[in-house]
Amino acid sequence: MARLAVNPTRMELRRLKTRLKTATRGHKLLKDKSDEMIRQFMSFIKENKKLREEIEKELPDALRSFVLARAVTSSQEIEQALCMPAKKVDIDMDTKNVMGVDVPSLKITPSESGDILPYAFPSAPYELDAAILKLSSLMRKLLQLAETEKTCNMLADEIEKNRRRVNALEYVMIPQLNETIKYILMKMDENERASLTRLMKVKSMIENRDD
Amino acid sequence: MIKTGKIAVIGDKDSVIAFKAVGAETFVATNVFEINDTLRELAKGDYAVVFITEQLAEIASDTLNKLKSRPYPVVIPIPSQAGSTGFAMNGLKKDVERAIGADIIFNDKN
Repeated sequence: MARLAVNPTRMELRRLKTRLKTATRGHKLLKDKSDEMIRQFMSFIKENKKLREEIEKELPDALRSFVLARAVTSSQEIEQALCMPAKKVDIDMDTKNVMGVDVPSLKITPSESGDILPYAFPSAPYELDAAILKLSSLMRKLLQLAETEKTCNMLADEIEKNRRRVNALEYVMIPQLNETIKYILMKMDENERASLTRLMKVKSMIENRDD
Repeated sequence: MIKTGKIAVIGDKDSVIAFKAVGAETFVATNVFEINDTLRELAKGDYAVVFITEQLAEIASDTLNKLKSRPYPVVIPIPSQAGSTGFAMNGLKKDVERAIGADIIFNDKN
């Protein structure tokens, strides 16, 4: 493993030791974060899967009944019946913080008018009524799905990023710092030994000269 | 700060017309360029959720991936009237693989 390009001095050593301490602490914290994020992700994804399965069963069903309604009347008539919706759906867009990730939180605002069907009864086939009722009852679930799925998406992203950070610390930063600290210590020991022998040598030379 | 947003639906004509009745805004798109243009337009506006049929989502998956990193708008593939193609489920599966490293939730199937 490559060591950092630093001067082997006592000051550098102290600086590196503090950095190592910070890195170790950061690594531990990030690892804990990763664990917790995965735990949360699991609960979200399970919910997501359940919702998705339900939607996949129910939504094509609802849409198919629309096709059925179109089959019994002309499509112009259907379009005319639907072109002025009675309900306007507004959604409160909030963000929620899950493990430091801003995820959307959606809430549907109930519409003012209680009437769901946007047309007069005689102008459209009754199949259309059923289809619209079916679909509007699904809307809440669809929004819930949207919220959960987006949360899962963003959490997965964040987990991946976090894992990179943890790995970079664990396999690059910390070994590098350790290596460099070891190098500086050895270099300093070596210097000390060198000066010690030099002193001893000089001392013996002086003693020999005096004799 | 809470904003209010709208719902948009992109899809083929048969699938989206139904959503008009429940108060969503509908957009019909058929090819990649139309889908991308619509998505870009919607991303600028104050839309909270964009539902896109799986068939179209599959074609324009690049643009969808780009929109994944931001909280709004939430772009979600939904099955069309022809039924589900499994594209959305696959997306979930990929998420699990990305987050955990191995697929441990969906392996009971196929």
